[in-house]
Amino acid sequence: MAPILEIQNLFKNYGATEILKDINIAIEPGDFLVLVGPSGCGKSTLLNCIAGLEPITGGNLHIGGKDMTHVSPKDRDIAMVFQSYALYPTMSVAKNITFGMKVRGVDAATQESKLNEVASQLQIEPLLNRRPGQLSGGQRQRVAMGRALVRDPKLFLFDEPLSNLDAKLRVEMRSEIKKLHQTLGATMVYVTHDQIEAMTLATKIVVMKGGVIQQIGTPAEIYNTPANLFVADFMGSPAMNLIPAKVSQNGNGAQVEIARNGDAPIILRDQKAVGLPENVILGLRPEDIAEAGFRAGEGVQEASCQVDMVEPAGADTYVVSELGGKQVTARMHAETSAAPGESLTFAFDLNKVSYFAPETGERLN
Amino acid sequence: MADFSLNQSASQSNIGKIVLRWLLYVLLGLFALYYLLPLFVMVTTSLKSLEEIRTGSLVALPREVTFDAWKTAWSGACTGIQCEGLRPYFWNSVLLAVPAVFLSTLIGALNGYVVAQWRFKGANLIFSLMLFGCFIPFQVVLLPMARLLGLMGIAGTIPGLIFVHVIYGIGFTTLFFRNYYVTIPSELVKAAKVDGANFFRIFWSIFLPLSLPIIVVTVIWQFTQIWNDFLFGVSFSQAGTQPVTVALNNIVNSTTGVKEYNVDMAAAIIAALPTLFVYVVAGKYFIRGLTAGSVKG
Repeated sequence: MAPILEIQNLFKNYGATEILKDINIAIEPGDFLVLVGPSGCGKSTLLNCIAGLEPITGGNLHIGGKDMTHVSPKDRDIAMVFQSYALYPTMSVAKNITFGMKVRGVDAATQESKLNEVASQLQIEPLLNRRPGQLSGGQRQRVAMGRALVRDPKLFLFDEPLSNLDAKLRVEMRSEIKKLHQTLGATMVYVTHDQIEAMTLATKIVVMKGGVIQQIGTPAEIYNTPANLFVADFMGSPAMNLIPAKVSQNGNGAQVEIARNGDAPIILRDQKAVGLPENVILGLRPEDIAEAGFRAGEGVQEASCQVDMVEPAGADTYVVSELGGKQVTARMHAETSAAPGESLTFAFDLNKVSYFAPETGERLN
Repeated sequence: MADFSLNQSASQSNIGKIVLRWLLYVLLGLFALYYLLPLFVMVTTSLKSLEEIRTGSLVALPREVTFDAWKTAWSGACTGIQCEGLRPYFWNSVLLAVPAVFLSTLIGALNGYVVAQWRFKGANLIFSLMLFGCFIPFQVVLLPMARLLGLMGIAGTIPGLIFVHVIYGIGFTTLFFRNYYVTIPSELVKAAKVDGANFFRIFWSIFLPLSLPIIVVTVIWQFTQIWNDFLFGVSFSQAGTQPVTVALNNIVNSTTGVKEYNVDMAAAIIAALPTLFVYVVAGKYFIRGLTAGSVKG
């Protein structure tokens, strides 16, 4: 199938400052693409470029197979939901939703029927005569979505739409957007700085930093095989443990050595480390370190470690220990016997381990 | 024991607060009186007969209220050789102020909208230059403006005066609207662009309906400026097109023989009434508009 959105070698400069560098993205119809990264990484600028609200400096952009590089926003067949909702303050909810159709000269009967359709879909019928100022944050969010839905566009663009909502509402709206995506089968591009939002919503994630794409992949790919230290650290909460380690090759295997507090270094055998340079950063998710006896199978190895801190979090307990000079977090079951100052046998599950080069930060395995 | 002394000092400080509060009210009241005194003298004097003015005290209430002075000021007082009162000049001022206020407000709104929401290269420079225009003293432009009006063929006419006031007002009106519009999130324009609206549609459908408070501020400001202007009025008008301020000056200065203070006072009040009226009607919006600006999404 032809990609519905294709961005090739896109550059964006503000004066002499490069905001976006050589962006290449292609998505299929029905994809949910999430652009994620820390603030200032250029993700919102990229979205504005896709919308046509910011001119691009170089490269080109196709939507639905047509070159849209220099087409104005209204002709790109897109709809956009903004962070501040950007509802027209002096218009009623109904007028907000129908404003676009009115501008395009859609006849009144069609406007009316589309409005009713969208209003019932989003359950905002009782609000239609109110002004945006009389609505709560969640309701405004719905109206903003309604304004996008009524357009029935090729591409939905969301610019951090949930960041102004409180935590509970955010989770609700998040699942609602996901449901919407599934029922409509629409293509969406979504900007967020929240990596959990990215993981839960996306079919495809683009991780950005400093105007450069760090990695493109499915949520599982991004989570399990991060392309570099930045992605490894940025995605996942608590963050992936990044532990300085030494690799030594022996015969047809390899072993990884990690410094440990108050004891000889931990030696872990791992076939994936074969052929790696001597100094590496070992990346292991907190859930891949468990209490001994609770994780078994190939690749699981045990070692005793000094416990520095225990943080109960309800369903899990996070146990912190210093390894390789870093605070390493292990995600253990809630009733763990770990106690600060005592030692405990940890089980390291190396099946999903990542190795990074300390100098470049790039993934090695 | 400790509690008791604590209570005592608390009640003492309460008394101190009340005394301070009353002192404040008295002071404010005195200032208000001081400020209102001239108006009081003007109103009472305008209602007295010349006879009474000569014999009575300045601040005394009129013994006999008469509106003769008002009638004379409106339609009989002499400005030089003509004795038509303020009436024709009052209408000159209306014909001058209404279009000038409307045009300068409209242009200011458009300018402010562009400078705040449609940033272009050099937008800041242009805005700074317009601001600079606010601070150019009137006297500096008198001669060049006279020449320009002559070249345009509207010297000494009301349209000429309108032109001068619109030009001079644009700096302020742009400043007002720009500062108001700059607080409106730029996402509003983006959303409207995605919805397909163009430059003027966005202005007309989204920004103008939001602007009532700042329109009121601008209209009050411009109306006061233009209605009260004397220098442009006296420089760029001729017999028959003079605004009310110039006529007032002529009435007060051209009396021969007995000085008719009551007529002068009545004329001055008549000349000031429209601005007073605008303040009373729109005053509460004025305060609101000066402090308002932010639009909650």
